[in-house]
Amino acid sequence: MAAPAGAPLFSRTAHVQRAERRQAIAKWLTFAMAVSMILPLVAIVGYLLYRAAPSLSWEFLTDVPRRGMREGGIWPAFVGTLYLVGLSLAVSAPIGVLAAIYLHEYAKDNWFNRLINLAVINLAGVPSIVHALFGLGAFVYAARFGYSILSASLTLAIMTLPVIIASTREALASVPTAFRAACWNVGASRWQTIRGVVLPNSISGILTGVILQVSRAAGETAPVMFTGAVFFKAVSRGDLFPYRLTDQCMALSMHLYTVSTQVPNVKESIPYATAIVLLGSVLMVNASAIALRVWLRNRKRW
Amino acid sequence: MSNRAKAVEVEDLRLAYSGREVLHGISFDIHRHEIFGIIGPAQSGKSSLLRCLNRTIDFDPGATVSGTVRLDGQDVRKVRDVFSLRRKVGMVAPLPVGLPLSIYDNVAFAPRAAGLGKRAALDAIVERCLRQAALWDEVKDRLTSLGTALSGGQQQRLTIARALSHGPEILCLDEFSIAIDPVTTMRIEDVLKELRREITIVLVTNLVQQARRLADRTMFLWKGEIVELDTTGVIFSDEPRERRTFEYVRGIFG
Repeated sequence: MAAPAGAPLFSRTAHVQRAERRQAIAKWLTFAMAVSMILPLVAIVGYLLYRAAPSLSWEFLTDVPRRGMREGGIWPAFVGTLYLVGLSLAVSAPIGVLAAIYLHEYAKDNWFNRLINLAVINLAGVPSIVHALFGLGAFVYAARFGYSILSASLTLAIMTLPVIIASTREALASVPTAFRAACWNVGASRWQTIRGVVLPNSISGILTGVILQVSRAAGETAPVMFTGAVFFKAVSRGDLFPYRLTDQCMALSMHLYTVSTQVPNVKESIPYATAIVLLGSVLMVNASAIALRVWLRNRKRW
Repeated sequence: MSNRAKAVEVEDLRLAYSGREVLHGISFDIHRHEIFGIIGPAQSGKSSLLRCLNRTIDFDPGATVSGTVRLDGQDVRKVRDVFSLRRKVGMVAPLPVGLPLSIYDNVAFAPRAAGLGKRAALDAIVERCLRQAALWDEVKDRLTSLGTALSGGQQQRLTIARALSHGPEILCLDEFSIAIDPVTTMRIEDVLKELRREITIVLVTNLVQQARRLADRTMFLWKGEIVELDTTGVIFSDEPRERRTFEYVRGIFG
């Protein structure tokens, strides 16, 4: 807009002032939302820590529950969750990553592969209670694995699989197509290209996606409750290998539910301390995912 | 001219992307040890033509090709081992693509993919190709640093070194100079003049003067058809066969 005659050059016109005002509003609004996101997290963790304080100790982690879970620790549940998460990801990570490599690097755009894509997307949206029921029918009964760590892990694996596929595809898509074309031009096969250039440059994203599923698998209650987690399992304290694959096990998420709602007269701080252990392990895994990402990012080559 | 002197024979080549034809049945030959210039405005099918030579057009699921392209008398579309076909043709893309690997690995990538594992042999190839691409002196002390960390002009020479690493008989350059500075462009042009003694060079370029400087023969491609193909002297003379050629090389149209 031309300034009126006589006005100094570059004076702030009404239009500019309006634009500046809007810009300030937008900035503070988005800032407020960003801050309001942190507040609940801090509040939750703070409240949990406050209520859990009487029970929190190394003892609590390594001890077994005593007096019908009204006292003692949570070792069997903690180890059980480690088993479930570890086993489920050991199954779903390789399958998911390899499937995603096929879908992103090899698959042509035809009806069959579109169908697979549709299935993956829809599978990611299935509620966990439905996965639980499926796991019960498929693994506990049909495959005759019974109520066991195996059934529960496989159920969790199926639940995490579509998300791992989706995140791996994202990571693969972040590698520029020009790199692939350059490799193909010098006579490299698709696999040589994937192995030599695509995977080394997407591995950070792939691993991050997989690790973030740890927290999801650890937190789910319904799938393990239906397929292999139990109320109580006698285990000696501090034992790292108390379960066999065909055993049932305790799990942190289920234990939290039990001590909060099913057992009368539990020492008040125990449910909160259980929640802290669950939250703490998940946050530690997430933090390690971030650390890994930063480390791999720094080695990134373009 | 005998058949042996022809590096590439193209006959009635048609190419369509999902039904939209971009090459309308073109025929021409490329002679051995010449620099063959292809000029023409954007969207005239120059890059698509190159992709038909080494069959990277196969990666485009919507593309349909008909007609024949013969390399060394062999129909490329009947070649079983498409990987060794691609090694016969070196490709340099418009934008430099340093792979996110070390400089050494960038050049050794293709020989390794072809199954060569001996360190001494690889060392020799890397040095020869980097020398041929006029990059050796600048990078010989830091072969392990990243290829992507080089400047644009250096990366383009690295790309050329990579395109030479698999011992091609034909080197295709697709507008190699659009992203690099004039000095580097001149250096690469000198490199090409040297290379002509050993291999055939196909030079696709938007800069008509570059074709004039380098090419032995020049083809003017326009909207998927050959307008004119002749020695560069004729194409850039005051009276080429076609009026459109005259106007295009002088920047009157196109």
